[in-house]
Amino acid sequence: MSKVVVLGAGISGHTAALYLKKYLGKQHEVIIVSPNSNYQWVPSNIWVGVGLMEPNEVKFKLAPVYKKQGIIFKQALATSVHPEGDSDISSPYVKISYVEEGKQGQEEIVEYDFMVNGTGPTLNFAGTPGLGPDLYTNSVCTYDHAAHSWKNLEAALTKMENGEHQTFLIGTGHPMATCQGAAFEYALNIAFEVDKRKLSHLADIIWISNEYELGDFGMGGAYIKRGGYITPTKVFTESVLAEYGIRWIKRAGVYKVEEGKAFYELLDGSYHEIEFDFAMLIPGFGGANIKAFDKAGEDITSKVFAPNGMMKVDADYTPKPYEEWKASDWPSIYQSSVYDFMYASGIAFAPPHSMSKPYTSPNGTKIFPTPPRTGMPSGVIGKVVAQNIVHRIKTGRKDHPHSASMTRQAAACIVSAGYGFTKGQAATMTVSPIVPDWEKYPEYGRDINATVGVIGLAGHWMKLFMHYMFLYKAKAKFGWSMIPE
Amino acid sequence: MPQIHERLANKPYAEYAYATRPRKITLFWRRCLIKQLYMFFKLNLKVMMMVVKGHD
Ligand SMILES: Cc1cc2nc3c(=O)[nH]c(=O)nc-3n(C[C@H](O)[C@H](O)[C@H](O)COP(=O)(O)OP(=O)(O)OC[C@H]3O[C@@H](n4cnc5c(N)ncnc54)[C@H](O)[C@@H]3O)c2cc1C
Repeated sequence: MSKVVVLGAGISGHTAALYLKKYLGKQHEVIIVSPNSNYQWVPSNIWVGVGLMEPNEVKFKLAPVYKKQGIIFKQALATSVHPEGDSDISSPYVKISYVEEGKQGQEEIVEYDFMVNGTGPTLNFAGTPGLGPDLYTNSVCTYDHAAHSWKNLEAALTKMENGEHQTFLIGTGHPMATCQGAAFEYALNIAFEVDKRKLSHLADIIWISNEYELGDFGMGGAYIKRGGYITPTKVFTESVLAEYGIRWIKRAGVYKVEEGKAFYELLDGSYHEIEFDFAMLIPGFGGANIKAFDKAGEDITSKVFAPNGMMKVDADYTPKPYEEWKASDWPSIYQSSVYDFMYASGIAFAPPHSMSKPYTSPNGTKIFPTPPRTGMPSGVIGKVVAQNIVHRIKTGRKDHPHSASMTRQAAACIVSAGYGFTKGQAATMTVSPIVPDWEKYPEYGRDINATVGVIGLAGHWMKLFMHYMFLYKAKAKFGWSMIPE
Repeated sequence: MPQIHERLANKPYAEYAYATRPRKITLFWRRCLIKQLYMFFKLNLKVMMMVVKGHD
């Protein structure tokens, strides 16, 4: 019997665990370790953040799903991995610390034959003094944060109903933050809700971003076929913002927040501050900061993980200038570069470099987005990692028949821009591949025929449809595996 | 949603004044139920095909 342990029950880890169990059956053990008792469909947190969905609508309890599937669930945090075991235990193991009520703080050793790290991002609010829902800004990164954000937004809307002017500052809260797409859709949703209440004359909505040009979204921007032209996403994004009455500050690295005031440096080296009544700024992301030790108990964290805490995999991490970046630098099977029985999926794997061109201000501050890894590739990677582990367990071979490089995968990003069955709309953007491949597509970096950028009601329906479809799939209900990631 | 939002109107030299803006007909098509129903199926199919083709 083989034992597979999956760390993290997010989009990637949960997908991996479900497929592992489906293909491995009862003969093998699948264990999942995750601190949250709920699964959350993160993309719908935007709607929680504007009061159009309750947290209960975007989450469900994991334990019953895992029980039905025969997956062992440990509500705990993984704290360290020991791929060589130690002087007493010969097999690889992971040390976990329970967060489950009644077991809080209890430590346990979970031995494994294969490990999947799907621990996603750590929200590094501390990386920007004053940032975060416990201090002066809001967040929509989790359903709790989004619910808290809605409370503050509701208070701002009430003030406007009483004739008070409000300034909304939405965007990135760190010079190298990513996930611009989520912040962008939150800005659009706020504008939509303000206008719906006929309060637009009392609002100043500002988009602040570390992107060199708007529409970069951490993927170096893209080109889309639109209205007889090949148009950069810069034009598309600026158009949407102008239409929604949102002005913008770009090339901005927010480095500090105080009550009602954000401080930022522009790429030209100048320092500025801006006042706000309500701010939602995405923090920098890091890995889960899991430690790694060898058999002798020596700390090998820097061998297994990148400095940002994400796990090193089959990528080319050799530092090289932007001009020499290649699609082949990106991983395709997500296998640890040190231990071949460990894999990282979703946001947990360390990318070889960013996709956006790196820029540094005259003061030495790096101001550009780190690469995003959206839900779709995270799910696909989870599935492919599971399929390869199943193959290895069933055949005893070490090859990997399945692969999912982000230089081959496409991504669809549906940016909600207002909720309502007939009045809602969303900007639907697809890019293929996610990571530009300038060797294969010298003109635009991507397959221009696969790249789409359209705005309309259909996008809103799609986002809503995906909300129900992916929650259905995540609950492992009848036919779940037929639904693509 | 107006073509140029009232919050940003009357500022001809501001950066956002250079952004492209949708025409009335574009705004109409974005909410036209028949066109959007067609787009819904078209885009879903496109996305599904992309997911399936993106890995082996
Ligand atoms: C507001 C918002 C909107 C978004 N909208 C979209 C969208 O429209 N489309 C899209 O494609 N993507 C979207 N994304 C991005 C998408 O949500 C992420 O790409 C996706 O969640 C990444 O999946 P993951 O499994 O890698 O990480 P996560 O989903 O974050 O899961 C990580 C899991 O690991 C657990 N964990 C953390 N530390 C440990 C530890 N030490 N031990 C064990 N478990 C641990 C966490 O509790 C969590 O359950 C959005 C993101 C945000 C924040």
